[in-house]
Amino acid sequence: MGIKIKQSKSGLYTSFIILAFICIIFLAPFFFMLVSSLKPGQELISKGLTWKMNFDMMSLNNYKILFFQDNRYLIWYKNSLIITALYTILSLFFSSLVGYGLAVYNFKGKRLIFFTVLLVMMVPLEILLLPLYRLMITLHLMDSYLGVVLPFAVSPFAVFFFRQYIIGLPKDLIEAARIDGCNEFKIYFKIIAPLMKPAFGAMFILLALTSWNSFVWPLIVLRTTENLTLPIGLASLITPYGNNYDMLMPGAVMSVIPVAIIFLLNQRAFIEGLTAGSVKQ
Amino acid sequence: MMVFDRVNTKARVKRIYNTINSERVMPYIFVLPFIIIFLLFFLYPIISAVIMSFQDIRGPGDVTFIGFKNYINLLNPHYYSALRVSFLYTFLTIAILIPFPLILAVLLNNKFLRGRNIFRSALFLPALTSVIVAGMFFRYAFGTQPTALFNQIIGIFGLGPITWLQGRHSGMLALVVLCVWRWTGVNIVYFLSGLQSIPRELYESADIDGANGLQKFLKITIPSLKPVIIFVITISVFGGFSMFAESFAYWTSRSPGDIGLTLVSYIYQTGFNYNNFGFAAAIGVTLLIIIMIINVIQLNIFGFFKKD
Repeated sequence: MGIKIKQSKSGLYTSFIILAFICIIFLAPFFFMLVSSLKPGQELISKGLTWKMNFDMMSLNNYKILFFQDNRYLIWYKNSLIITALYTILSLFFSSLVGYGLAVYNFKGKRLIFFTVLLVMMVPLEILLLPLYRLMITLHLMDSYLGVVLPFAVSPFAVFFFRQYIIGLPKDLIEAARIDGCNEFKIYFKIIAPLMKPAFGAMFILLALTSWNSFVWPLIVLRTTENLTLPIGLASLITPYGNNYDMLMPGAVMSVIPVAIIFLLNQRAFIEGLTAGSVKQ
Repeated sequence: MMVFDRVNTKARVKRIYNTINSERVMPYIFVLPFIIIFLLFFLYPIISAVIMSFQDIRGPGDVTFIGFKNYINLLNPHYYSALRVSFLYTFLTIAILIPFPLILAVLLNNKFLRGRNIFRSALFLPALTSVIVAGMFFRYAFGTQPTALFNQIIGIFGLGPITWLQGRHSGMLALVVLCVWRWTGVNIVYFLSGLQSIPRELYESADIDGANGLQKFLKITIPSLKPVIIFVITISVFGGFSMFAESFAYWTSRSPGDIGLTLVSYIYQTGFNYNNFGFAAAIGVTLLIIIMIINVIQLNIFGFFKKD
């Protein structure tokens, strides 16, 4: 007995050391980004990202440029915030409605629609880039917030998630409300939606993160500098001719910090949103 | 007469309201947003991609039908490179991103381990970065200069410096490193949730039978995690074949010797840099076929697993 406990203890130490080592490696990029954001951009280009710390080179000068001298960064930040908010709200609203419809009613074509939701999940949007781009031109949605958001306003993943969640809710609530004379919309908004708060929380975080970091589609839709989102704006700074390199690293750092704070405060919702999709049968 | 009319309209409005509010009509109103988005932004683009792939598109209005010519033109070294990069990248990321996070998740799934929540959060943090932000770090860490981070590291062992982002193998390595850094924490979360749903009694009865740690891992942990592993493989295949942003973060849309050219970067390059929409659509259609074939194979394997 005594031996067994000793063994598991040394096992614990080994696990701890392995994990601590790997965590340090995984966190190192954040540290180097932070250090590099304090050095002049020219140094980053001429020497690469280096671990040498010369403290006399470091200053908050880059952050001054970012927030006070070059106004592009704040504009991109604002665009990212608006697009993320717009996408998240639209997508939560529509996806939960669709999920509710699929969970509560029996109707002709229900299986077909559910199958289609799964099918859409299986096809990467990258395949649709060109035809969608042409469609955006036809609909005059190029270079607009709505153009970024609208094609994905119903997230099949969220529909799937909400459907599963609503199936798990007690159905007699709905029957009782019907007998009381509530109409179908009222049942959804007054009775079911309030019960879905945890589900909304989990999806909110997942959808907002996806939108905040999304790259491929906004890259195609957004054209003018004033309309870019953060990832596209940052990518646009890397040009062989420009001398915008001062903004690169601090810009990257500042785009991660708010997300990291939200994550650290709401870890449980993050993890629920993520694991919602994995098959647990 | 007036009064009669008013009653009549009221009744009619009431009847319409009742029809709409019935369980026959309402479900369609609820799912309508999906149907509209699906038809307009999914089905229509897919059909038009297939049509475009048989056309030579020079500009709006200047379109000629050219049969399978775009598909025949796919038989070129660039397309082969793109296929090679996409397949290899998908294969390598799966080969690393299943066992590595799985082992870490098993280590983390121990109640007596100190700081397990901190470890889990730390490993998850990279998943919060966008590909561009992460790519920005790795792009300059993989710099060609001897002072760049990865050259400094291999310098300790007396190697290098290497021009990382200009070689075929080192370029692929850089892509895989970026992906592993961003995804390890996510897969750990998946595996942990799977591990936590394995009934403890299974391990206890194995203990009584005198099974060692490795035996328990192979005979209990892995089989119980099969659904999660299949799920992770599915999303990894999906992510692997649609990879583009990582390559864009390193090389924008053109890389030396096509070392970063994936199927999607090839679509982007021919479509948006060379305005050759028909040809780009043909690449997209082949990518769609590849993904569908892999999906079908996976569903079969999944069914196969279900039987035993």
